[in-house]
Formats: sequence, structure tokens, C-alpha cells
Amino acid sequence: MGWHATHELGRLMDLLAIPRLIWELGVYLFEVIPDLLPIILALATPLALGALCGVLNERSGVVNIGIEGIMLTAAFSGYLTGFVLHETLGTTLAVTFGIGVAVLTGAALGLLHAWLTVTVRADQIIAGTMMNIAAFGVTGYLNRLIITPSGRGGAGVIPPFHLPDQIAGLPLLGPILAMFLDQGPIAMSVIVLVLVSQFALFRTRWGLRTRAVGEHPKAADTVGIDVFRQRYINVIIGCALAGLAGAYLTLESTGSFQNGMTGGRGFIALAAVIFGRWTPLGSFLGALLFGTATAFGIIVDVRPAAGDLGTLMRSIPSFWYAALPYLITVVILAGVVGRSTPPAADGVPYAKEGKG
Amino acid sequence: MRTLRTRLAPTWAVASIPVYSIVLAFAVAAIVIIVSSAFTASGFDPLLPFAAYGRLLAGSFLSGNAIANTLVSAAPLMFGGLAVGLGLKAGLFNIGVAGQFLVGAFAAAVTGASLASAPTLVAMPLAMLAGAAGGAAYGFIPGYLKARTGAHEVVTTIMLNSAAVLLLTWAVNDLVRAPGFTFPRTGEIGHSALPVLLGRNLHLGIVFAVVTIFVIRWILNRTTLGFEIRTVGTNPNAARYAGMRPVLITALTMTISGLLAGLAGAIQMLGVIGFYAPGITASVGFDSIAVALLGRSDPIGILFAAILFGAFRAGAPLMQIETSVPVEVIDIIQALVILFLAADLIVRRVFRVRAPKVEIVEMATVTGSWGGTPPTSSAG
Repeated sequence: MGWHATHELGRLMDLLAIPRLIWELGVYLFEVIPDLLPIILALATPLALGALCGVLNERSGVVNIGIEGIMLTAAFSGYLTGFVLHETLGTTLAVTFGIGVAVLTGAALGLLHAWLTVTVRADQIIAGTMMNIAAFGVTGYLNRLIITPSGRGGAGVIPPFHLPDQIAGLPLLGPILAMFLDQGPIAMSVIVLVLVSQFALFRTRWGLRTRAVGEHPKAADTVGIDVFRQRYINVIIGCALAGLAGAYLTLESTGSFQNGMTGGRGFIALAAVIFGRWTPLGSFLGALLFGTATAFGIIVDVRPAAGDLGTLMRSIPSFWYAALPYLITVVILAGVVGRSTPPAADGVPYAKEGKG
Repeated sequence: MRTLRTRLAPTWAVASIPVYSIVLAFAVAAIVIIVSSAFTASGFDPLLPFAAYGRLLAGSFLSGNAIANTLVSAAPLMFGGLAVGLGLKAGLFNIGVAGQFLVGAFAAAVTGASLASAPTLVAMPLAMLAGAAGGAAYGFIPGYLKARTGAHEVVTTIMLNSAAVLLLTWAVNDLVRAPGFTFPRTGEIGHSALPVLLGRNLHLGIVFAVVTIFVIRWILNRTTLGFEIRTVGTNPNAARYAGMRPVLITALTMTISGLLAGLAGAIQMLGVIGFYAPGITASVGFDSIAVALLGRSDPIGILFAAILFGAFRAGAPLMQIETSVPVEVIDIIQALVILFLAADLIVRRVFRVRAPKVEIVEMATVTGSWGGTPPTSSAG
């Protein structure tokens, strides 16, 4: 009988183990997330900017899988500018110029992508792939040729703004303010850019035209909207934002450049676009989700949970945490994509009648 | 003479744009080399491209060793190019060759190491099979997701590429690390290695690769499966009305594509590298895309394109050592080739080629399924 009772008790404990672990995980997340918020936004910044690029491009009917390459090229050109100028101009001015050059690089590559996809009507995915390979080649080439032999250090970064402790310490409001304000200038500007894009896309004449061109270019053409011009503008603005994302990586986050340093962020940004159903705000939330997944992998090492949960979390190798954002992206694409609809003319080049 | 010309005409009609694209890519890359030479210690050198391309040629074709190196580099590209090309035939863009290559290489390395002392006739085929199975499994995931849920294979395969790098690093660190080495790696493959046929490194994998080219050509042109793959690629709706199952074909094509990529990894592992260690490069992934596009997804075209890009990879180190032009110029040339193929308008303007009667169908069908439109419904 004694044996029977213990056995029963053991089974009961097993049954409760999983709900208890989930409860402990919830408590743990509730404890660490407020401190993580600034890191999450920092990690989400390049993704959110890349996703904005994707939204603006695809809403006008142009698929851009070259975001990764545009980010990488802009990251390099911005870095190179800062690298060349920071001894003569000082860090702040050099980095500012660097950011400007990165944004212009993005815009220029946007012009190339628009020309290829809108004017030449090349396959949009292949044009994007070309951009990614070219970016890897050109930046690697110039990095080996110019920066590596010089043996000098980085371009420097603008030190991030720090919220006074009295404000950051406020309950509830403090962590949220810290999330958006305990940042460098680019990360700080993300929320503004997201809100402006959301407003512009759904509340302005430009936004209406963009969506018309992306959903039904022929109808838009009939009522006098210049489809080509609209697509050009959207692709260029979007890619300029991807350039800003690149500038963030080299001039705000790390202060250095490594070959292929974008590490798939441009593609995660595309997943965020689909997750957010082609809206700026939605894709921003998607970017935050991926940022959270990455931040989670970091905090597990730094501040592990106590008790059984801690034992369990420590038993999972760190490589799995590092792979988490990628795996989540796949799961989200598989789970969400079926229920979301892209703009109707997304990926379809437009040809005026008689010119087909 | 006249008959020769009439016989070559159709071939030239297909091959002219790729050949012109290569010429143009080399020309533009030469400008890049000249301009960038101004920023180096050796200073501006307008003749540098000639030196660089000369070394590239010397390192890839101008000696027995060089030719062997070219073929050894070309073999995985043949498999990889076939993997991408087969996908393109079905309207799928498999950018996941890099990941499937790594999984195949890993599976072959682990199996090869565990059979290291078995006879070659047993160990080598089993290790090859393991590589094929690993790649196929890793290709099946995006194929199944695409077919079932419409998750676009371009994004899922790239995510799986990154996941493969991380998870295989973990596997080598924690699961299959061979004892007695200072860094994490798998054990010696011993008898599982592909036998060397000629010289220092010309291994049996090259024969496998060439044979596979013709097998895939036969499958595509002479079997029902090949016909269904091509039909699903050109018009999924028509395929469905004809009683084919595009969903099944999509999943199956990605699996075969992954299998081919896995074989690329397996022959590279068993013929060249010999052990799996974190950080083994998979430039085969992007190279394969360029090979497939340049070969216009046609197995014979892929054969020639793979030899060309194999030559690039084989000759580039010599070029970098002797002329200090960075090896990344190869990536630039590749991107330019793809650019000129995708925008053949440029090529036709420069070389005054008339619009081809034979369209590159594969290139126009890839974007169609973007953003979650399942392959069964019409795009756009």
C-alpha cells in the first residue's frame, strides 16, 4: 500500500511538472523582460527598419529579397565613411556623415532594384538574389583591400543616450520609457519612422496611391496614377530605410565591420513583414518578437532562472537559443502565412497595354 | 560547313545570352579592379585585370594540377546547380542549398567516421547515402511547409541555412566530437573516403557528378515525374486540371533538390575535406544559384556552368596571392553574370542580339508564388 501511494504521488507530480514549469517561465519572463526592453528594441531595430523597407516595397507591388544585401552594402559604405573621416572630423561628425552615406547607398541600390524590376521587368527574386551576392562580394572585396591592410580601429559610435535613473526607476512607465529612450539615435528614431509610415500608408494620398498600385496597377493607371513612378519612389524610400538599418549595425551597434555581418537579418525582416501582414506597425511587432527571442538567448546565460526551470534551461545548449529566432521565423511563416494575403499585384511587373 | 552552322544555330540561340553575360561580367569586374587598385599600397594599375585574369586562368586550366583542381571544385557545383535548377523547373527557388549541403556533409562525415575501418565498397556508398538522406530530409522541411501552408521557400530555406550552421556546430561540440583533437571535429573517415582516380586529388565524386547530370536530364525529359515537375513549374493550374498534384510535386521536388545538395556535401566531405568542423565554408550554396541560372536550369548547361565556376574557385587563390586582387572578385563576377542574365536587355543592347525566341521560362516563374499564395492557386 505504501508503495502504491508513493507511486500515485509520483505520477501526480509528473502531471503537474509541465504546468509548473510554464508558470515558472511566465514568472521568470515577467521578472527579466522589463530590464530586457532596451536590448530587445536594439536587437529589433535593424529588423524593423528592414521590414519597413519590405512593407513599402511590397505594398507598391515590388518584392525585394535583396534587403539583406542592401543592408550589408550600406553598413559597409557607412562604416568606410566613418573610418576615413573620424580622425579629421571627430567621431560625432564622422558617424553622422557615415549614416548619411549609408542611407544614400540604400537609396541608390533601391534605384537599381527599381530599374531592374519596374523598367526592365527582370524577375524580382532573382534581382534580389543578385543584390545579395553582389553585396557579399563587393563589401568583402573592399574590406580586404582597404580596411584590413590599414590595421586601424573602427569608425567609432555615437554613445547612446542614458535615461536618468529617477525616470527609469518609475514603476511600469520607467521600463517602457527606457526601452525607447535608452538608445542611440537610430534605434530611437525607429518608433517614429514606424508610426509615420503607418500613417502615411493608410491616411495620405501617397499611401492610397501606393496601395492602389500594389493591388491593381491597371486600375490605378486608368485613373491617372503613374504606376512606374509610384513604384520607383516606394522602392527607393524603402531601400533608404534598409540603408539606415545597415548604418545601425556598423555605426551604432558595433562600431566595426565583418564580412557578411548582417547574418540573415534582411530575411528575418521579410518574415516580419509577412507576420505583420504588410503593415508597418504589425511588422514592427514581428521585429520585436524576434528581438525578444534573441534577447532571451542572451539573458539565459547572464541571469539564469532559479529552481527546476533554471536546471532545464541550462541543460539546453546555447546553440539552440541562438537558432531560436530562425526556427521561430520558419514556424511563424508556416503558421501565419496561410491566413495572410499579400498585396494582389505583389511581385508582378507592370506592362502598359500594347507594350507587353 | 553550312550544315555545321545550321546545326549549331539552335545551341547558339540558347547559349548566346549566357556567353555574352560572362564576357560583360568580366569586363565590368575589370573596371572594378582598375578603379579599386588606386586605393591600395601598390597604386593605380590599369593593367591589373590582365594580370589577375591571367593568374585565374593559370590556376584553373594551364596545368594538369590546375585542371584537376577545377574539376574537383566543379563536382559539388554540378550537384548544387542541379539542385537549384531542378527546383526552378518546378517554379521553386531553393536558396537552401547551403544548409542542405552542410547537413549532407555532416551526415556523410559522421557515417563515414563510424565505418572508417569497414571495406571501402561498403563504407563509401553508405556514407554517400547518409549524405543524400540528410540533404533530402533538410530539403523536405521547406518543401512540405511550402506545399501545406504556402510558407515561401526563399525565406524558410535561408532561415534553415542559419539554423543548420548553429545546430551542426552544437552537434559537433556536444554529440559527435571525436576524442584526441584540440578542436571540435568528427573522426577520421578512413576507408569511407572517395577513392582518388588520378593524380593528387581527382576523386570518384567527379564521375558521380557527371553521371548525375545525365540521370537528372533523363528524369526531366523522359519520365512522367519530369514532365509533371516541368508542368507544375510553368502552370500549376493546368497541372492540377490535368490530374497532377502540384502539392505533392512541390514537396517531392524540394526533397530531391535537397538530396542533390546533400550529395554535393557528401562528395565534398568524402573527397576533399575529410572531417566536419564548425566553420567549414559552404560557398557552394550561392555558387550553385549562379550555376543554375547561368546553365538555364538545363543539366547540360549546368555541367558547363559548374566547370566555369569551379575554375573560378580553383584559380582565385593563386590570383589573390600573386596579384593581391581579393578572391571576392569572384562573387562580384557571379553577381554581374546573374544581373546580366536577369536583365538580358542590357546584354542585347551591348551586343545587338535580337530578342530571343526561346524565353528563359524558369526565370519568370519564381516570383509567382511569393507571399503565401499556395502553389495550387494562380499567382497575381
